[in-house]
Amino acid sequence: MIQLKEKTAPKIIVNEPKKVITSPTEKNVVFKTANFDLWYGEHHALKNINMDILENEVTAIIGPSGCGKSTYVKALNRMVELVPIVRTTGEINYRGRNIFSADYEVEELRTKVGMVFQKPNPFPKSIYDNIAYGPRIHGIKNKKILDEIVEKSLRGAAIWDDVKDRLNQNAYGLSGGQQQRICIARCLAVEPDVILMDEPTSALDPISTLKVEELVQELKEKYSIVIVTHNMQQAARISDKTAFFLNGEIIEFDQTDKIFSTPADQRTEDYISGRFG
Amino acid sequence: MSQSVQSMIAASRKKKSKKIVEKLVPIALFLAAAVSVLTTFGIVFTLIFETVEFFTRISITDYLFGTEWLPFSGKEPLYGVLPLILGTFKVTFIAILVAVPFGLGAAIYLSEYASDRTRRIVKPVLEVLAGVPTIVYGFFALTFVTPVLQQIIPSLKIFNALSPGIVVGIMILPMIASMSEDAMSSVPNSIREGALGLGSTKFEVAIKIVLPAALSGIVASVVLAVSRAVGETMIVSLAGGSTPTFDFGFTGSIQTMTAYIVQVTTGDAGYGTTIYYSIYAVGFTLFIFTLAMNLLAQYISKRFREEY
Amino acid sequence: MKYLNDALVMKRMGSRLKSNRIWKAIFIIATSFALLSLAVLLFRIFSQGLGYLNLDFLTNFASRIPEKAGIKAALVGSLWLMAIVAPVSIILGVSTAIYLEEYAKKNKLNDFIRMNISNLAGVPSIVFGLLGLTVFVRLMDLGKSILAAGFTMSLLILPVIIVAAQEAIRAVPNEQREASYGMGATKWQTIVRVVLPAAIPGILTGSILALSRAIGETAPLVVIGIPVILQFLPTGVFDSFTALPMQIFDWAKRPQEEFQFVAAAGIIVLMTVLVFMNSIAVFIRNKFQKRY
Repeated sequence: MIQLKEKTAPKIIVNEPKKVITSPTEKNVVFKTANFDLWYGEHHALKNINMDILENEVTAIIGPSGCGKSTYVKALNRMVELVPIVRTTGEINYRGRNIFSADYEVEELRTKVGMVFQKPNPFPKSIYDNIAYGPRIHGIKNKKILDEIVEKSLRGAAIWDDVKDRLNQNAYGLSGGQQQRICIARCLAVEPDVILMDEPTSALDPISTLKVEELVQELKEKYSIVIVTHNMQQAARISDKTAFFLNGEIIEFDQTDKIFSTPADQRTEDYISGRFG
Repeated sequence: MSQSVQSMIAASRKKKSKKIVEKLVPIALFLAAAVSVLTTFGIVFTLIFETVEFFTRISITDYLFGTEWLPFSGKEPLYGVLPLILGTFKVTFIAILVAVPFGLGAAIYLSEYASDRTRRIVKPVLEVLAGVPTIVYGFFALTFVTPVLQQIIPSLKIFNALSPGIVVGIMILPMIASMSEDAMSSVPNSIREGALGLGSTKFEVAIKIVLPAALSGIVASVVLAVSRAVGETMIVSLAGGSTPTFDFGFTGSIQTMTAYIVQVTTGDAGYGTTIYYSIYAVGFTLFIFTLAMNLLAQYISKRFREEY
Repeated sequence: MKYLNDALVMKRMGSRLKSNRIWKAIFIIATSFALLSLAVLLFRIFSQGLGYLNLDFLTNFASRIPEKAGIKAALVGSLWLMAIVAPVSIILGVSTAIYLEEYAKKNKLNDFIRMNISNLAGVPSIVFGLLGLTVFVRLMDLGKSILAAGFTMSLLILPVIIVAAQEAIRAVPNEQREASYGMGATKWQTIVRVVLPAAIPGILTGSILALSRAIGETAPLVVIGIPVILQFLPTGVFDSFTALPMQIFDWAKRPQEEFQFVAAAGIIVLMTVLVFMNSIAVFIRNKFQKRY
């Protein structure tokens, strides 16, 4: 990171002026986080998080390593529960229902809230079987329907043309960028409402990264996207809103162009201009 | 598609069968895991039960301290277990004399001197040696090793302690070799390089640096090998004989604890006779020995392991 | 002030290097001992047994006359035995491994289960024979049947299969599980559809190696009292039977010299079966080395 000596406007390029939202109530709230805390054992990983994520938007979460951004996103689909010593207080409401309530089944949540991981993790199965995995485990067996779902998902991930002639080949034969798009297609196959992305391009080369970023822009028309990234330029390029996390707290959450041009908090500005992180 | 995927998923979610399966599976798997625990309890209870019955007929002190084991003597059968323990000890002693030098030597060579090519030949050979069934080793001891030894030691009888001892040693050699080699390989190369950089020879590195660091693993491997030798059955049955004696000779016929059990079960001892219960008493003694050694090996391994 | 006397160091150097060379030779001799033993063993077996190995040997029943002795009953008996041991030990073993790796929480009970498995692995096989004699042959009244021997052998190799299956399951990267959970799969669905398929090669390899151990085990069969002169083949799992190692044991014990050769021939058959099984295991292991 380049250390700037004086307080100048950071050199971040914002691609195009984002749509101006006239009133916050125009879009529905997809995730409402209220007074949410999370502990990994003794470690207080998330502190009093309050945040609204709106539908059909790309919400980026940025911050230095260990700030809790991955933890927060994994809380949205309760993947944090894979670690046994986790403890939470407060609420996260998905479309009005608290996801931590006892009667909300986690499998149901995860079909509506999908996830793409940092390192592409396709199954060692054929491309077809990878995409069809989601529908199959939820009881869809009809081959014709599965064929349709597979094609639709692969098109939705902008990779249908690449693989349509080799659906029966093992997914491991694809490049890293292609594998990640397969993972995105796999996620789309259960027709989620929200897609969580945990640093989805950090393991990819620049060209694949660009393709995934374009894809995200397309996807937001139908889905709501939350993307964790340590690449600030990426956040500035593709997101509508950005949240800056530090030490488990949200420091600032606002329209992306505002965060990157005139941040309200000094810490936000320091991070964006590379003074730490 | 007439329905959206989500509505199809929602419909299938209502199915109860999936939830029942999800709840029952962990229970079924736990029961499978419980079988291993039940096996141990089965072994312990079986041995204790029948041994207790045995001790209603023979006093414990006679058993533990008697020096004559003559169960088949019609008038006055004697059940002092020391000859059997001594027989087992003789075979195990010879086995260790063979297995430790050769096994450890092979381990040092593989770990400190051998090229990759050599290792790729020798390690599979050791695996094969470890995989040879003990009945084959027993046959080898009886029909080859004993006659050959008799050429060297004319006073050697056809059944003796030396021949099975050597062959048991060959059988447990791979255990010592591969476990010791594992222990030595896990010593980080940086330590070796430090010693070599000071001008040590490979021998000095092996003996002064690697061996002490890997000692707990090496000792544990020897203890486990002893345990294996004590429990060995077929080699001693075929080549050791069935003469329980209380002396320190190696050239004559002996009988180990395991060989005695074989002798009785291949014979005509009826259910309910003292001889029948004696195999459980001997089996229990054997079990205690091997359990103690296995626990010792685990303790040595854990307690004295080097932390890098 | 120099503490290291150069002349002294150089004087010692010669003997240290010589010592290094001598010891290296000693270690090589030690290693060769193992190789030599195996070579001699194999040579002896083959030279003694090949003469007696012919089609009649494979198709005859055992007999008091060495020339007429055959291994058919024992070979078929061993196959029947494996037909029980394989499913019982693999199902119990893999289930236990799944329980320990995917479901078991960290508590005293599960620690005890793990410790118990590693202790079972060190119990002498003859003690398993005693267990089988009391529980399966007598208590459950199965007699000296394939079923009784099969259950006994299954328990004997159970720890080996459990450990092999545990390692295979552990080797499946966690990201695979996360991908599956992320789509709303349940734990059991993830195990059946993602974890097990990836772990199957390792499980298979370990199981085949464990079964090849079971085929060569003699002591438990001796204790249970499996007979040796059998002039018929078993037709069901409750029948009595004989097995390869028992037959070899019987022949090796006989005083007549010809029976030594017959025993050697039997050993060749046993070793061939073992080599065959181990080759399959190695083949599976090499073919399915997954690069994640």
